Amino acid sequence: MSILVVAEHDNDSIKPPTLVGVAAAAAIGGDIEVLVAGAGCAAAGEAAAKIAGVSKVLVADNAAYEHFLAENIAALVAEIGGNYSHILTVTTTSGKNYMPRVAALLDVAQISDISGVVSEDTFERPIYAGNAIATVQSSDAIKVITVRGTAFDPVAAEGGSATVENLDIVKDLGISKWDKADIVKLERPELTSASIIISGGRGMQNGENFALLESVADKLGAAIGASRAAVDAGFVPNDMQVGQTGKIVAPDLYIAVGISGAIQHLAGMKDSKVIVAINKDEDAPIFQVADYGLVADLFKAVPELDSML
Amino acid sequence: MKVLVTAKRVVDYNVNVRVLSDNSGVDLNNVKMSVNPFDEIAIEEAVRLKEAGTADEVVVVSIGPASAAEQIRTALALGADRGILVETDEDVQPLGIAKVLKAIVEKEAPGLVITGKQAIDGDNSQTGQMLAALTGMPQATFASEVVINDGSATVTREIDGGLETITVNLPAVITTDLRLNEPRYASLPNIMKAKKKPMDKYTPADLGVDVTPRVKTLKVTPPPERQAGIIVESVEQLVDKLKNEAKVIS
Repeated sequence: MSILVVAEHDNDSIKPPTLVGVAAAAAIGGDIEVLVAGAGCAAAGEAAAKIAGVSKVLVADNAAYEHFLAENIAALVAEIGGNYSHILTVTTTSGKNYMPRVAALLDVAQISDISGVVSEDTFERPIYAGNAIATVQSSDAIKVITVRGTAFDPVAAEGGSATVENLDIVKDLGISKWDKADIVKLERPELTSASIIISGGRGMQNGENFALLESVADKLGAAIGASRAAVDAGFVPNDMQVGQTGKIVAPDLYIAVGISGAIQHLAGMKDSKVIVAINKDEDAPIFQVADYGLVADLFKAVPELDSML
Repeated sequence: MKVLVTAKRVVDYNVNVRVLSDNSGVDLNNVKMSVNPFDEIAIEEAVRLKEAGTADEVVVVSIGPASAAEQIRTALALGADRGILVETDEDVQPLGIAKVLKAIVEKEAPGLVITGKQAIDGDNSQTGQMLAALTGMPQATFASEVVINDGSATVTREIDGGLETITVNLPAVITTDLRLNEPRYASLPNIMKAKKKPMDKYTPADLGVDVTPRVKTLKVTPPPERQAGIIVESVEQLVDKLKNEAKVIS
């Protein structure tokens, strides 16, 4: 078997999700090749060659691949895809964008967001926002897969010595163009990548009171989230929403403040390693998933927590 | 311009999904079904384009059992003009759905297709991208803002770490993210009017599409249960536990 992992990179270096992709490929087992597509991406190609367990790196260096437009990247991956038993990348917004396009061009199914490898054709993946785990078996000759970023431990970025081969394939479909990116320089980490999250619910009573959480978040280096109830009540904007219809998160520490624990919220955060709940209602469902529960008035408990950090 | 939108029938987002004891799937008996929330955002966007005079017709498609007609009626009540139900009891997977949609696109020749970025049952996030690939259309996924120009659409996309703006030639496929809009509620008069709006019915075979699943679900299991935790007595004890027991803060 031969597995192609499509790298995430910034042209100069390899981004961490690539190492997770290689880890999943190693779990499947076989010869692992990495595709680095970009513009001026030779350095990223060199970096990919050092990843542990990689036998060959393919570098497609062309202006057509500069902004990773799905149309061009998918055409490139599909063109070389017939050589592999598996094509995979990590479930990032980039991978989610182009990979289904690759699968359709190859007339095969995609298996999205796998959380486990059972065998070369059988995989586990969360469905219903993680409320169930499906074990699925693919009958396609080429398995196109995206890998849940938190499900595999990344392989070492150093230690390998793969050969590097330049690909002279240019796919510029000319039906889409990149205009600009606004990458937010957040004062706090992003919800989906933060190792600590503190979220507020309807119990916060209004948007101004989220300032209480901000102070704690600043001390912990945490991201701030909210329940759908808090969003629907107009306290905070929708992009802060954690839950089945918002962001799915799995930080090391999740602190739920004034959140009752509606199903749709739990679906978005219950894979967190440690969950803390602060709520004055001792019957709140959030306590059933919390490792540490504190039955208290949040307007007393949060400032006290703040002062102790 | 004609806009084609999708309305997948899914378990309502407020339902606590239960895995069947024989591990064959999740329990769908007597469970509230709704339009996939991301499709609702797609329908809303299309209706707004019509209200703004940019679109002249909104056609809604659903692929599923006969009861998916309910989701089409919901979309019609929200302002879509016409429905197409592609009826099948098969567990149609994203590639099959994309092939059915391709056949509908060939029939209807829409100027724009808008779908949800994913359905909240399978969480696949594939259908829009696959439809774009099969029809040779460009795609703009995870849209948080859509501006229609002459022959193109400028779309702001939600990407990891921020936003990206791209311009795609029309016709194109756009998939919706949460921030694109806030869907309206259907008014009673509009629900009544929706009952009189036309709905065509086909089967995948009528459209010449093979929707045989390529992926077999061997079993469905509940996720690992969380161990019941403890109730701490004070903030001081909480901080101590987090520092010294869980070791998640320093």
